[in-house]
Amino acid sequence: MTISNEKIKLKTRDLNLYYGETQALNTINLDIAENRVTAFIGPSGCGKSTLLRCFNRMNDLVDICRIEGDITLDGESMYARGVDVAELRRKVGMVFQKPNPFPKSIYENVAYGLRLQGVKSKRVLDDSVEEALRGAALWDEVKDRLDINAFGLSGGQQQRLVIARAIAIQPEVILLDEPASALDPISTLKIEELIHDLKERYTILIVTHNMQQAARVSDYTAFMYMGDMVEFGVTNDIFTNPTKKQTEDYITGRYG
Amino acid sequence: MKNWIKSGAPWIWLNGGAVAVSMIMVVGLIGLIAVRGLAHFWPADVVEFTMSDEQGQEQIILGEVRRSEIIPAAVARDSGVVLPEGFDEGGTIERFLFKRGNRDIFNRDFAWYPDQGMSEWRYPEDALVLERRQWGDFIGYPVALEIEGEVVAEGATLIPHLQERVAESREAHDRIRSIERHDIGAINRALEGLRLEQRSLAANEELPTEQVAEELTRINIEEAQLQAQFRELRDEIDALRAETRRDQLKMRAADGQQVSIPLGDIVRATQPNAMNTAQKLGEYGSRFWDFVSGEPREANTEGGIFPAIFGTVTLVMVMSVIVTPFGILAAIYLREYARQGPLLRLIRISVYNLAGVPSIVFGVFGLGFFVYTMGGSIDQLFFSERLPAPTFGRPALIWGALTLALLTLPVVIVSTEEGLARIPSTVREGSLALGATKSETLWKVVVPLATPAMMTGLILAIARAAGEVAPLMLVGVVMLAPSLPIDGSFPYLHLDRSFMHLGFHIYDVGFQSPNVEAARPLVYATALILVLLIITLNLTAISVRNRLRERFRAESD
Repeated sequence: MTISNEKIKLKTRDLNLYYGETQALNTINLDIAENRVTAFIGPSGCGKSTLLRCFNRMNDLVDICRIEGDITLDGESMYARGVDVAELRRKVGMVFQKPNPFPKSIYENVAYGLRLQGVKSKRVLDDSVEEALRGAALWDEVKDRLDINAFGLSGGQQQRLVIARAIAIQPEVILLDEPASALDPISTLKIEELIHDLKERYTILIVTHNMQQAARVSDYTAFMYMGDMVEFGVTNDIFTNPTKKQTEDYITGRYG
Repeated sequence: MKNWIKSGAPWIWLNGGAVAVSMIMVVGLIGLIAVRGLAHFWPADVVEFTMSDEQGQEQIILGEVRRSEIIPAAVARDSGVVLPEGFDEGGTIERFLFKRGNRDIFNRDFAWYPDQGMSEWRYPEDALVLERRQWGDFIGYPVALEIEGEVVAEGATLIPHLQERVAESREAHDRIRSIERHDIGAINRALEGLRLEQRSLAANEELPTEQVAEELTRINIEEAQLQAQFRELRDEIDALRAETRRDQLKMRAADGQQVSIPLGDIVRATQPNAMNTAQKLGEYGSRFWDFVSGEPREANTEGGIFPAIFGTVTLVMVMSVIVTPFGILAAIYLREYARQGPLLRLIRISVYNLAGVPSIVFGVFGLGFFVYTMGGSIDQLFFSERLPAPTFGRPALIWGALTLALLTLPVVIVSTEEGLARIPSTVREGSLALGATKSETLWKVVVPLATPAMMTGLILAIARAAGEVAPLMLVGVVMLAPSLPIDGSFPYLHLDRSFMHLGFHIYDVGFQSPNVEAARPLVYATALILVLLIITLNLTAISVRNRLRERFRAESD
């Protein structure tokens, strides 16, 4: 499924994914536009999180997982031999459903990725941490207590901290796996505003169960069902004028 | 009734009951040890009474009551007690165990006396209990203090004068010990070094003869210097000894015998009957401190247990230093790197089963492998000039620690593995998603989060190791160690020395000592100290763990 008039950042080509004998993704072909938000919706178990985790090879961690086909980032293969996975993940950051800060201070959480890359200069680190926290709209809340443990923050703050941690290493793509599902409505709103701001600089892929959220934040929407990519298009079209009956049933709440 | 069962109340009672029974057992055990052990240091009153037999012969006894028991009259008669006319054969009589001391003149310092024929108890104010360096306590009446055969104090001035002189003689004794231990010890080590040098010179055939001769002259000169120093110290010790022997305390035993006791033999002198409660408390504290900080005397049945406390703590520390890195590294490999499969399952089961192997088996293994094989090889390679005298090839601290480390390894591995398994995968993924490699994730995020679990493993290991005796009897523990495993001479921590251990001390004092009655309270007191020591070690480790847990609270719970 292709889109017109956009620069394409990511492309999946005949992507099949198996967990042991079970096929979880069926021949997915998809283009992701640069500096746009693409949302994946669909009922539980439809494979949208699995697909998202293909974009930074997180599925490599699952022993029984096997992948066929390929994904390209800026035209370069992700699954080819000799690809440095750590390097790839630096370009494709990820934020998970449950906030997962490290047992370190706020500052060290954000600086973690930079330190991994060997950045030692205190000034560079300070600047990057501030920039990332500002980018994640968290700076004003934590600037006076950067050295407290990250667990001392509220859930919503922790999730924005995790986003700051992801953007601190300046990735090109950010994968969001139901980033607001464990948060209260106000924190959710803040995250959505943040997504809106972030798309100026990053390509964003978001998995969500909340269709209003998908409608609010995304430019493109993909509806998945049972491992199939059922329908993909501009968000407005999908929600107002779906071409497939399955999509219509799902977004009108008839199942899922 | 049906509702009562349905409500779950029986379960709560059952569970609560189990807790209560466990608590009663633990508290009862510690309480018994504490009461029996701590009572030993209380300055007991000295009782005097007269025993008269049917011929009208009287005997005066002076001593401390230890305990009493009620026995059937028939048993008493068989053991030689003369019962009065018309005494009911089926009745009972009470008898008392007295510590009369004075082993040097009475042979036995503990004796049973029956109620029959015993006069009223008297508590003579001037009865004096002397704790001596040999022959145990002396209980009697002070007569006079003599210096070089001349009486210097008698009557009222005697006791204050005596205390002063006892304090002086204790100081002199400490000085002698310190010279013997430190100065003479250092000279002996230097002489031993010279002797070894001489031996290796003799064995080395490649050196030119004139050089050998030169070296030998140097060694001889140094040896002569050391010998001179040694003689000087010897003289000093002799002078101190003579000083403490010169003054004598003349004592009268209960039966009227007069005995002269050199002041150098007296550790402390007390008149318990003349003391008030505050004075007794002070005396109690001082005796307890001597017990904890002093060295054992008289085949461990008297004196203190400091070397055993020190040995136990050092052993546990060295063991912790060995077992922690080994256990943690092994657990990390098993959990994080090894491919999960039947082989790994087999290894894991073997490790878990190590925890169930009887500890004496570890002792035998330690003796065979560590002491003889490893120690023997180290001697061959590095200390060949001392052979056939072994350096590491004999039971020693390091082998004891290694054996215990092996014994406690499964505990550390199991806890660490469980800790690693409990770290949520989201945290690992969070790190990996930032471009960290697996090992970066492991060392920067996962291992720090698992440290509380590792500490739990270490706590369990310490608890097990500190109480273990059986394997140590084979690989390092001795009844009486000449020196502590840590001292002021290089290399400070002497891993090749054998050591004393509280657990073994209990066994030795309680079951190997010829003087059962004297040893009994010491067994309780030593057991109490061992329990307290284990509790202290554990509490320290637990507080460290709690601090770590506090830091990683949200993730580890």
